[in-house]
Amino acid sequence: MDSVQTATQEMMKSMSELEVEVDKSKAHVGAIEMEAKNVSVWFGKRKVLEDVNMAFPKNSVTALIGPSGCGKSTFIRTLNRLHELIPGAALAGEVLYEGNDIYAQNVDPVHIRLSIGMVFQKPNPFPSMTIRGNVLSGLKLSGMKRSDHDDIVEQTLTSAGLWKEVKDRLNAHAGELSGGQQQRLVIARALAVNPHVLLMDEPCSALDPASTLKIEETIRQLSKDITIIIVTHNMQQAVRVSDYTAFFLAEENKPGYVVEQGATTEIFGNPQDERTLDYVNGRFG
Amino acid sequence: MATDTPMRDLSGSKKAHRGDRIFNRTITGAAFTSLLVLAGITIFLGAQTIPVLQDQGLSFLTTTVWDTTGVPPEYGIAGMLYGSLLLAVIALVIAVPVSLFLAVFMVFMAPAKLSKILTNLIDLMAAIPSVIIGLWAFYVLVPPAEEWQQLLNHYLGWIPLFANDSGNFSGTPFMAGLVLAIMMIPIVTSITAEVLKRTPPELINAAESLGCSMWTMLRYVALPFGRGGIVGGIMLGLGRALGETIAVFFVLKIVFDINFFNILESGGGSVATLIVSKFGETNGEFEVQVLLAAGFFLFLGTLFVNALANLIVRRTERLRS
Repeated sequence: MDSVQTATQEMMKSMSELEVEVDKSKAHVGAIEMEAKNVSVWFGKRKVLEDVNMAFPKNSVTALIGPSGCGKSTFIRTLNRLHELIPGAALAGEVLYEGNDIYAQNVDPVHIRLSIGMVFQKPNPFPSMTIRGNVLSGLKLSGMKRSDHDDIVEQTLTSAGLWKEVKDRLNAHAGELSGGQQQRLVIARALAVNPHVLLMDEPCSALDPASTLKIEETIRQLSKDITIIIVTHNMQQAVRVSDYTAFFLAEENKPGYVVEQGATTEIFGNPQDERTLDYVNGRFG
Repeated sequence: MATDTPMRDLSGSKKAHRGDRIFNRTITGAAFTSLLVLAGITIFLGAQTIPVLQDQGLSFLTTTVWDTTGVPPEYGIAGMLYGSLLLAVIALVIAVPVSLFLAVFMVFMAPAKLSKILTNLIDLMAAIPSVIIGLWAFYVLVPPAEEWQQLLNHYLGWIPLFANDSGNFSGTPFMAGLVLAIMMIPIVTSITAEVLKRTPPELINAAESLGCSMWTMLRYVALPFGRGGIVGGIMLGLGRALGETIAVFFVLKIVFDINFFNILESGGGSVATLIVSKFGETNGEFEVQVLLAAGFFLFLGTLFVNALANLIVRRTERLRS
């Protein structure tokens, strides 16, 4: 019990140190960019997510935490319409992007996916393409015409914190990079199509601590210009990078739901629900 | 820091376990047996080829005469070798696009149930004996296909490829190529589908998150990923087309002159079909040897195609890793 208390105290301490930084970062947080309203999700007949309501302010970082299988990844995949590509996928509710329902009949999902980019758990650069080719692949895949290719490559790789390491070997194959570098390459690739929102599904779970810190640094830099929603199993990471946190939970064989959401400092420092308190202190999950 | 400790023998894991030892020897034996069979065929055919080349010289490969009664008799299979190649190319041109479309449809577009049914049907199609295909082609395919050829000729006849001066549309290289294509499609489709199915889902996810369309996903992700395997499948189909005998026998009129590119003109060549059509009427040991020598060069050609396929597959594999 003592050790738990000490750990909690330590965490609080480190959080109060962070507070200044979080507050500063909130200065750029603006109006609501995305919003999920009463979102429920099914795979076939199985309901996996129940009535999620969540708002994402412009240029904020929101962390989605919770034990495995509680629907976090499924939830972010509904935010850029990747969810519907899984056979049997169904959805109720609304997802608003800049005030418009992205599931409205006349909306082209390709446009949505370009505005709302995604980075996955496992680094997934295209193995047959070079580093440069990977960065520009989104333009080819979406048929987007832009002529300033060199600028895009330099800009996005710089934003992703990879430029210095690869600028002399842009024509090398992506497979030659380390896992952490590949993940930053994938971030650059997502940025190249100019998204306003970036979804990240456990982007650091396959990486070593040093690479993780680099990605977190990248996330903080990116959040000056874009809105980030990140799924993470790493509590410290949620504290380090996010302005807001939502805690998901699912009882056995029941759909997942949001237990509690709010400012990250509140969720970790002063959670209202006992289950949140237990989870953020590592007592289950 | 130098060390004087002697190196140890680490090969024990392969030898010490009795079960593994027996298993390894059996497998090695089986592998060598297939090599032996291959070597046996090569040696046998090669031995038959030597006297033919001694007698006929290189003209056996470069001329188009087939004079069994002349003094001395003359044989040249240039038309047949070229014909085999031409038929294979026609078959490729027809079969590859059809197979690719079919495989893409099965893997990425068709509902799961339909995809399963198609997979089974196509595997079944691959198992139809070629003599059945030949008979079916002869009785069912040829009559309408002759009209298709006339249509092709009517509208595209100004291209030398589709010219036909004789008005005779039966037994054409196009017809034989079409039948070969029908035999290739199941092989190429089945392998291509298998390869496309292995496209890593995380790469498809990546493409989807970057706003791909079905076409760009195929072009930039799935096809580059599967290139090696797909080329291998095509080469396997090509091997079948080159060696196919009996189905072609039913639909191609064998002529010894080279029909270079008038694919809608009656008459063409095929080494395998030459052998089967002449074998029954051979007169004396030498004529049999001539046919076997023709077989030897067909065998070399097929071997060459397979080797080429291996090379291409391996090179693309290396590029990827």
